[in-house]
Amino acid sequence: MKKNGNGIRIADETAAVTVHDLTVAYRDDPVLWDVDLSIPTGTLTAIIGPNGAGKSTLLKAILGLVPMASGTVEIFGHTSSKQRRLVGYVPQRGSVDWSFPTNALDIVTMGTYSQLGWIRRPGKAERERAMHALEQVGMADFANRQISQLSGGQQQRVFLARALVQDAELYFMDEPFVGVDAATERAIVTLLQELRDRGKTVVAVHHDLESAPEYFDWLVLLNVRKIASGPFNKTFTADNLARAYGGNMNLLKLRELERAAS
Amino acid sequence: MSVIHDLFFDYTLRNIALGSMLLGIVSGVLGSYAVLRRQGLLGDTLSHAALPGIVLAFILTGSRTSIVLLFGAGIAGWIGTLILLRTVKNTKLSEDTMLGVVLSTFYGLGILLLTWVQGQNNANQAGLDRYLFGQAASIIASDVVTFFVLGVAALIVVFLLYKEFKLLSFDPEFAYSIGFPVKYLDILLTSLIVVAVMIGLQTVGVVLMAAMVIGPGTAARQWTDRMGVMLLLAGFFGAAAGVTGAVLSVQASRLPTGPMIILALTAIVLVSIFFAPNRGILPDAIRRRRQREAIRRTGVPMGLPEVPQ
Repeated sequence: MKKNGNGIRIADETAAVTVHDLTVAYRDDPVLWDVDLSIPTGTLTAIIGPNGAGKSTLLKAILGLVPMASGTVEIFGHTSSKQRRLVGYVPQRGSVDWSFPTNALDIVTMGTYSQLGWIRRPGKAERERAMHALEQVGMADFANRQISQLSGGQQQRVFLARALVQDAELYFMDEPFVGVDAATERAIVTLLQELRDRGKTVVAVHHDLESAPEYFDWLVLLNVRKIASGPFNKTFTADNLARAYGGNMNLLKLRELERAAS
Repeated sequence: MSVIHDLFFDYTLRNIALGSMLLGIVSGVLGSYAVLRRQGLLGDTLSHAALPGIVLAFILTGSRTSIVLLFGAGIAGWIGTLILLRTVKNTKLSEDTMLGVVLSTFYGLGILLLTWVQGQNNANQAGLDRYLFGQAASIIASDVVTFFVLGVAALIVVFLLYKEFKLLSFDPEFAYSIGFPVKYLDILLTSLIVVAVMIGLQTVGVVLMAAMVIGPGTAARQWTDRMGVMLLLAGFFGAAAGVTGAVLSVQASRLPTGPMIILALTAIVLVSIFFAPNRGILPDAIRRRRQREAIRRTGVPMGLPEVPQ
């Protein structure tokens, strides 16, 4: 049970995302092996794991961007690819060519394209919504700035604004804090928490174990297999972390992290 | 003024100039997408791959009508491109490797077929080799109509799907994630570039066609930071190069039209690379020099942000 924007309690038996027996393999080695998990609606979920754990691949498999060797994915209880329209995706900043000839406002306006459908062009209403999203991420002054002239953190915020315009129910974000300064990270976290408080579900790949307990309320620990998932505090234990990171982390340090989180 | 008079009233020049202009507009606009998607060599592969299609179309139909041959070219170019895109996706081979392989295999096959046909005692085959380097002088009024219909159809699709193609070019994964059929859009856009190449084969030929695909977009990108403006400018540059090349070759020099068009285009590209206000080499050098002088004179660079108190 959780609260929606009006403070009314609504039932949420249907998870935002349910993944069954998901396996993804590129040629020889499995990237994801037999992953089962369920992410409840209205959570701010971190996907955490070492490099090469398949975190980005998990997001992409859920979105249908990489082929699954086996398994099923349900978005709000349905497997249909039409469910993708409920999803907002913030890819890694490095996945596109920022020398593309356009400005920040135009990129954000792309978030309206799915609602516009085929052929129809964005008009005044769409640009106003895009402008509003840019304001939300503190980028209104940069609306007409050529995208190659934005800093890394600003580009990240433009992508975030593009997802906000989609007005999705479920957001997937691939390392939204990479290359972002402390003030911007703070602003983005606040924004994500506001989304969560409005009943949206946010799933983000995250790297920093120190800040994770403060930011997130649900956790998926991943290392090719799912190591653990559940409410953040109960799942973020030294034992689980040690299993996810193998011998690469000092157990004392992990106990410290666990204590700090609880 | 006789050039301008002839441009409108001389039958041969008018057809050549019109055909070259249409080619320039269509390949400029569609080639811009290849430039934006960093697929510059796609046009090269496509046009070389078209050669066996031209000869096969002739062998199968015995017809030398340009529409028949161009469709053969289009189909072969399309197959070559498909092989290229599929193998890059499904193997570990890099794109430039496969471009080289597909390009030379199809081109070699085309030359073989061409030589074989020329060895047959078939008088009708004369002139097939004009597709190697193009022969604009062979463009007749019905060819211009063919180019026009093909070109306008391609441009209408680009106009209608402007937003979809922009999204596809900038961020295909996001396009997919919001429900657009990226694979089909990709095939459609590539097919439209095939159409541009079809229009160009008779004029500039398979060997030089790549320049018509990449040149106008490359030049246009220098002058603007907006995609819509870039497409329009590329169409304009392509048209300008086409008409200039046609007039220079027919009126002034009696030199072949295709290479002349490519040289006119090269001039436009060079001017754009050197002199475009924001991205040009020269204005950039001037700005650097001014900055160095400002630092030397005042000890402070221009545009240094203030530290908040």
